[in-house]
Amino acid sequence: MTRIRTTVDGVRYEDEVEPRLLLVHYLRDRLGRTGTPVGCDTSNCGACTVHLNGSAVRSCTVLAVQADGAEVTTIQGLASNGEWHPVQKAFHERHALQCGYCTPGMIMAAVDLLKDNPTPSEDEVREGLEGNLCRCTGYQNIVDAVLQASGQKEGVSP
Amino acid sequence: MSEIDPGAVALEAADQISQPAAEREVGRRRLRKEDARLVTGQTNWTDNIQFPGMVHMAVLRSPMAHARITRIDVSAALERPGVLAAYSGRDLADEQGALPCAWPVTPDMKHPNHPPLAVDEVRYVGDGVAVVVARDRYAAADALDAIEVDYEPLPAVVDMERALKDEVLVHSELGTNRCFTWPFAGGDYDAAKAKADVVVTRRFLQQRLIPTAMEPRSVVVAPIAAAGEYTVYSATQIPHILRLMLAMVTGTPEHKIRVIAPDVGGGFGSKLNVYAEEVLALVVAKRLGQPVKWTETRSEGYQATIHGRDQIQDIEVAAKSDGTLLGLKVDLMADMGAYLQLVTPGVPLLGAFMFNAIYKMEGYSFTCHGVFTTKTPTDAYRGAGRPEATFAVERIMDELAAELGMDPMELRRKNWIQHDEFPYTTIAGLTYDSGNYEAATAKAMELFDYDGLRREQEKRRADNDPVQLGIGISTFTEMCGLAPSRVLGSLSYGAGGWEAAAIRMLPTGKVEVVTGTAPHGQGHVTAWSQIAADALGVPFEDVEVIHSDTRAAPQGMDTYGSRSLVVGGVAVHLACQKVLDKAKRVAAHLLEASEGDVEFAGGSFTVKGSPDAKLSIQEVALATFASHNFPEGMEPTLNSDYVMDPENFSFPHGTHLCATEVDTETGFVKIRKYVAVDDVGKVINPIIVEGQVHGGLAQGIAQALYEEALYDADGNLTTGTLVDYYVPTAADLPRFTTDRTETPATSNPLGVKGVGEAGTIASTPAVVNAVVDALRPRGVVDVPMPCSPEHVWRALQQGGAK
Amino acid sequence: MIPPEFDYVRVSSIDEATSALAGGGEDAKVLAGGQSLIPLLRLRLAYPSTLVDVGGIADMKGVREDGDAIVIGASTTHAEVLGDPVVQKHAPLVALATATVADRQVRHRGTFGGSLSHADPAGDLPAVAAALDASFVIASSGGGRRTVGAGEFFSDYLQTAIGPGELLVEVRIPKLGDGWGFHYEKFHRVAQAWAIVGVAAAVRRSNGDIAEARIGLTNMGPTPVRARAVESALAGVAVEASAVGEAAAKADDGTSPPSDLGGQADYRRHLVRVLTRRAVMAAAGT
Repeated sequence: MTRIRTTVDGVRYEDEVEPRLLLVHYLRDRLGRTGTPVGCDTSNCGACTVHLNGSAVRSCTVLAVQADGAEVTTIQGLASNGEWHPVQKAFHERHALQCGYCTPGMIMAAVDLLKDNPTPSEDEVREGLEGNLCRCTGYQNIVDAVLQASGQKEGVSP
Repeated sequence: MSEIDPGAVALEAADQISQPAAEREVGRRRLRKEDARLVTGQTNWTDNIQFPGMVHMAVLRSPMAHARITRIDVSAALERPGVLAAYSGRDLADEQGALPCAWPVTPDMKHPNHPPLAVDEVRYVGDGVAVVVARDRYAAADALDAIEVDYEPLPAVVDMERALKDEVLVHSELGTNRCFTWPFAGGDYDAAKAKADVVVTRRFLQQRLIPTAMEPRSVVVAPIAAAGEYTVYSATQIPHILRLMLAMVTGTPEHKIRVIAPDVGGGFGSKLNVYAEEVLALVVAKRLGQPVKWTETRSEGYQATIHGRDQIQDIEVAAKSDGTLLGLKVDLMADMGAYLQLVTPGVPLLGAFMFNAIYKMEGYSFTCHGVFTTKTPTDAYRGAGRPEATFAVERIMDELAAELGMDPMELRRKNWIQHDEFPYTTIAGLTYDSGNYEAATAKAMELFDYDGLRREQEKRRADNDPVQLGIGISTFTEMCGLAPSRVLGSLSYGAGGWEAAAIRMLPTGKVEVVTGTAPHGQGHVTAWSQIAADALGVPFEDVEVIHSDTRAAPQGMDTYGSRSLVVGGVAVHLACQKVLDKAKRVAAHLLEASEGDVEFAGGSFTVKGSPDAKLSIQEVALATFASHNFPEGMEPTLNSDYVMDPENFSFPHGTHLCATEVDTETGFVKIRKYVAVDDVGKVINPIIVEGQVHGGLAQGIAQALYEEALYDADGNLTTGTLVDYYVPTAADLPRFTTDRTETPATSNPLGVKGVGEAGTIASTPAVVNAVVDALRPRGVVDVPMPCSPEHVWRALQQGGAK
Repeated sequence: MIPPEFDYVRVSSIDEATSALAGGGEDAKVLAGGQSLIPLLRLRLAYPSTLVDVGGIADMKGVREDGDAIVIGASTTHAEVLGDPVVQKHAPLVALATATVADRQVRHRGTFGGSLSHADPAGDLPAVAAALDASFVIASSGGGRRTVGAGEFFSDYLQTAIGPGELLVEVRIPKLGDGWGFHYEKFHRVAQAWAIVGVAAAVRRSNGDIAEARIGLTNMGPTPVRARAVESALAGVAVEASAVGEAAAKADDGTSPPSDLGGQADYRRHLVRVLTRRAVMAAAGT
C-alpha cells in the first residue's frame, strides 16, 4: 500500500491505496465522486476526463499513486459557488447532451481546450475534442456549445 | 392531536398556486429539464450505486468460439481473500433458467436453450462460464484469473453461407443452423418481372456493428432476503419488460420484483434486452442475501452485449425502360449469432415491410433465412431491420438508374407515392397515413445546391481530378411508433405495443405525469412536460415526469423503435384529456353551470355568457382535494389513466443528400456536404428532434465509412476494443445541414411520427451512394461497407480492370 | 480493465531509478506518463513486478540546446514538447508529428521518451527519430551513460536497445541548418486511430531543387524505416509532382509492411508511395 495525498474538488484527502488503483476508481469508489464515469477500458472514450494540476487527463489512465500531491478537479468541482461554468451553461443552452454519459469528460476536455485556445475555429474544436466519444449527439451541438462558450457563436437562439 | 382546519390548509396551498401558462409549449425550443444534473455530475448511473454490504460480481467468459467444457474448477478463486462465492453454470443450473426470446417468428423456428451461464458447451467468444463474487471489483477481477477451465475445442463457423451447409452445427441438438425461413409476398413478383425491360441484381453486405452506447451495461440487485423482495437497478431500456422476464426466468413472483432504470447512458437497442448478467445478479443476490453489482468493461461488453445488423442481401429489381418500377425481390440471410436474445429473429423481419420503401410497384417477394453462427448474438440496433432495408432499396435504385442512364433523383420521383395519393396502402400491406416526398425533396435539393454540385462533379471528371466528387441520395420512409398490438400478435411477437400514462393533479395544481416510457437521453421529461403543460394549461415548470421505476410507474412497454412519443407521448396527451373531462365536470358544478356551457382555455374554465365566472385548473384541483362541494356521485379525483394502443405504425420520411470527395489515390472518403430534410410530423420540441437527427446521422455515417465488427475464421472478435472498432469522433464527422417539412400523422391526435431512428436509417445509403457515384465512371458499381480507404482503393483496382 | 498487482516505487533521480530497475530484475518496468503502459496493464497484457515511477525526475524533463543538437528529456510530456520554442525552432518535424499523437488528454501525460521506448512502429515519433538521426542517451546503474543511434535503438517490434536495469534519459536531435522544410503525413481511419502508414519528411532545397531529404516511415515494418532509396533518388530533383513521384515510387523498397486490421501489405505499399510524394512536396514548401 502507498500513502497518497490529493486535493480533489477543493478537499484534501489522505489515503492508503494499492499502486494499481486507477485514479478514476479512487475518485468514484473511495471518495464517492461518482460524477466522473468510466466508459471504456482502452483509454479511448474520454468520459473519465478530469483536470490534473490544471490539465485534462484520462483519469482511467493515471494511477492514483501518480496523483500524489496533485490537485484534481472533476465535473463536480467545476461550478463555483453554485454558478455554472460557461461551458456547462453553453452545453445546456445548445442541447449538447442527450444521455449525458460522455458529458462530464466532454465538458472537462472543452474547458481545457479553451484554456489553451480561447477562440478556436470549428476545426480546432473538433480536433481538440478528438479524445472524447459521444454516441448520442453527433457532436454538432457540442461544437456549437464550445464555440458559444468561447464567445464566438450565438447562432440560433435555443 | 389538534384538528386540522381544512380551510387553513386551503389558504396555505393557495399561496403556491402558480400563474397559468401564457404561450404554447408544443413546438417550443424548450431547454431540457434533464440537463442540470447531467452537466454537474449529479448523476445516478447504475455503477454509481453503493449499498452497505454490496459485493461485486464478475463473469468468466469463454475465449473459444465453440467448445465443450470438460472441467471447471472454481476452488482456487474461493481461496482468494475477499471472495465470497464462485459458481459455474452447473452450480446454478437449477436456478438460472433460460434467457427468453420473445419473438418466435415461425411455428418451426429453432429456439436453442440459452442458459445465462453455459453448462456443457460454449458457443461464442464471450459466452459466460462462471461468476465470482468478491468484496470489490479488483478482488473480483483477480479471482477470475484463478478459475480453471478445460475446453475441448469444437469447430467454429462464422460465415453464414457456410453455416447454412450444416457441416458445422452451432447447436447439435437442433440438427441445423437454419433458425427459420420467413417468406412474405405482396402482389406477384414473377408476373411483374415477366413484363420487365430490365432486371438489376446486386448482393449487398450489411456488416456487423457494435452499438457502443457510452455507458457500459451495469446491474445492481438489492435483496430484502427475509421478505423475498428484490430491487433490480439496471441500465436498461425496458424496466417493465425486464421485470416480467426476470419473474418468468427465475420463478421469482412478479410482484416481489421492482425494477428501476436509474440514469441510463444511451441504449440504441443494445439495452433493449434481458441479459445473462441481470438474471445472474438476481440469482446470486438470492443466494447470498446481499446486494450484488455487476458492470461490464467495454471490451467485455463488445463480446457480451448484442451486436447489430449482419445480413447478406440478394436484391433484384425489375423495371421498364422508362424507369417504372415493376417489382422487387429480396433474399436475406440474417446472422442470429449463437443464440436468440429477446427479439433477435424478428429484427430482419421488421425490415420486410420496408424494402419497397416509398415506391409503388406491382410485385414484392421477400424471404429471410435466420442463421446461427458461433458469434455474439445480434438483436435490435438503431433502426432494427429498417436501415438494412432502406440501404438495399436506395442502393439498388441508384444501380437501376445507372443501368437505365436516368438521373437517380428522377427515377425516384417517377416511382414514389405522390403527395395526393395518401393514405396509401403499399405492396407490403402497410397503409402510410400521410407524407410529402415532393416537399422534402425540393427543400433538400435547394439546401444542397444539387445542380451546382453536379456541375462541379462534371468538371472534376473532365479534368480527371484525383479527387472525385460523388452525390448520394436517400429518399426514405420508415415504420416506427411500434406498434399496434394486433399487428405484433400477427407477427408472433410476444408482447403488445401499447403505452400507458397516468396524470395526477396535486392539490396545489402541480402535475405528476407517470409514463411507461424509459428514456435514456431522448428528453421525455421535457417533452412530456410540454405536452401536459399545453393540454392542462399549466406552466411547464409545474409538471413532474415520473418514469423508469416499476413501483412508481407500474405500467409500460418501455422505449425502443421510435415509439415513445407516438405511443407514450400521445397517451400522456389523452390522459390529460380525461383529466380535463373530470375537471370540467367539477368546474361546472362549482360554477353552477351546465357542463355544455363550460369552456376551457389557457388553463381556466369559463362559462359562456358569464364573464365573471372563472376557475383555474389549479383551483379545481384544490377543490377536488377538499371535495367539500363536489358533483354528486363523482369520485373525488381528477387523476386519470390512458393506455394507448396505436392503430397503425407511423411513417416519418425524408430526403437526404450527401456529397463525398473521394481521393482516388488513397481511397479516402471525406463528406463534403450532408443535407437532411426530415418529416416527422408535428414536432413537440425542435431542439430534441434536431439532436436525434444529428445522433442518428452520426451512427448511419459511421456504418457507411468506419465501423465493422470483424471475426476471424476461429470466431475471435478481432475488433474487440475501441482501438480497432472505429467509432467516429467530432473530428471525423461533418457539420450537418438539417431542416424539416411537417406533414402531420393522421393516426394520432398530436400528429407526431417519431424521429429516434430516422437519421440512421436514411444516412447510410446516402453516403455509400455518393461514394459509388463518384467512382462509377471508373468502373466501380459497389464499394462494400464500411467504405474504408482500402475498400475504395480495391474497388477502383477491380473497376479499372473492366 | 483492472491491472494486476505490482509494487511501486517513485524515484527522484536517475541513479535511484537505475538502481531500482536493476534491483527489480527483468520484470521491473519504467512508468513515465503511463499512456502506453497503463493500457497494457488494464488489459493484463503485462505483469510487471515493480513499476519505477520516473515522472518526477527533474533531470529528465525539459528541452535544451546543446551545441549542434537539441536535447529532449525523456520525461518531457508531448504537450511540453509541442509548446517548446527550442523544438519549434530546431526540430519542427518533432512538433508536427507530436501534434498528431493521440489527443490532448494523452499528450498531457504521455512522454517523448516513453513513446519512443515503447517502440511501436505504428507510433508517430519513431519514424521522426529515424528521419532526424536522433541519438538516445541511456543510463545504467552507477552513473553510466551510453549513446545509441536510432537505427540501433529500435531493434525490433516493441523492442529497443535499452537493457535490463537501464533507463532512457534523453534524446539528442541534431539541428538541421537553413533551407529545410518539414512535413508529417499521417494516414488513418479516424482521428484516434493509429497511422495505417505515416511519412516523416525533411527536405532541403537548394536553388529551387531538392538538395537532400530525410524520410522516416511509420508502420512499414517492425521498426521505423528510413526510406533511403527515396532519399537518394530525390537528390537534385525538381520540386514537381511527377519527378518527386518517381522518386517516391521507391518508398516501399526494403520495407516489410504488416497485413493487419489497418490494411493489407499491398495497400500499404501503394499508400506509402503516394504519401511519400505528398509529404516531400509539402516539406519542399508546395
